[in-house]
Amino acid sequence: MTGLQIIFLIVTGVTLFSAIMVVSVRKMIHAVLWLVQTLLGVAILFITLQASFFAVVQILVFIGAISILILFSVMLASRVIQDSSPQVVKKWWLPALVATLLLGLLVNFLALWPGFETTLVELPEGSDNIAELGHVLISPEGYIIPFELASILLLAALIGAIYIAIDRKEPQSS
Amino acid sequence: MIPLSWYLIASAALFCIGLFGVMVRKNAITIFMSIELMLNAVNINLIAFWHYHSQMQSGPHVTGLVFVAIVIVVAASEVAVGLALIISAYRRRKTIIIDDLTLLKG
Repeated sequence: MTGLQIIFLIVTGVTLFSAIMVVSVRKMIHAVLWLVQTLLGVAILFITLQASFFAVVQILVFIGAISILILFSVMLASRVIQDSSPQVVKKWWLPALVATLLLGLLVNFLALWPGFETTLVELPEGSDNIAELGHVLISPEGYIIPFELASILLLAALIGAIYIAIDRKEPQSS
Repeated sequence: MIPLSWYLIASAALFCIGLFGVMVRKNAITIFMSIELMLNAVNINLIAFWHYHSQMQSGPHVTGLVFVAIVIVVAASEVAVGLALIISAYRRRKTIIIDDLTLLKG
């Protein structure tokens, strides 16, 4: 058991515990804070996989933008959320059973794959090559079409979000 | 170093927790957070396999990282549109509890 493995186990334990708290706590503000801790744990997992660029992107995009956006929505809608009423459906044990069964199935199927027990060794210097990633993203031999599609998707999401959320001052029907 | 199987099991567990949250919560915004958990599980899986592939091919390979970038873009746009929808529904119906939004029930 090396030091890195111990770090991995601790980080994964904290991450999974925070994820369980996200789906089970009653107050939504607390759920958002647990979500931030989960995302931070995932970023540390990225660092142990030597993808340091995406660890930074994870912190910037998921914690800095998405969590804050969710926090704003919680605050905007917080007047109608009665934290005292039950937050989960009555038959909560049925989804729990389904999720546990799915986890067992996934692990069993993955264990059939011969590369399952591969030990990840440390990559040589410069494998997390950001300059190479940038070249590949904009070169016609690389991934320029998915890159442009992602840009169009972001633009469409921007316009769509503004169009949906705008207040048109229509007479209330109900 | 760490076996690949540990990452795969951790990401499967995170995905199943997110799936449980989507099925069990009543609140639209909390369901959103559970979807974020599932997307993060997918990202752990993709980066673990990127590491595995780079190790097997012993050279710089960035294809897996492109996949992760696309997933992050999709997650960001999904949150923007979804939260706009929730705010719009809240403004009209004064609720974000999924059981009360039964306009399409027929």
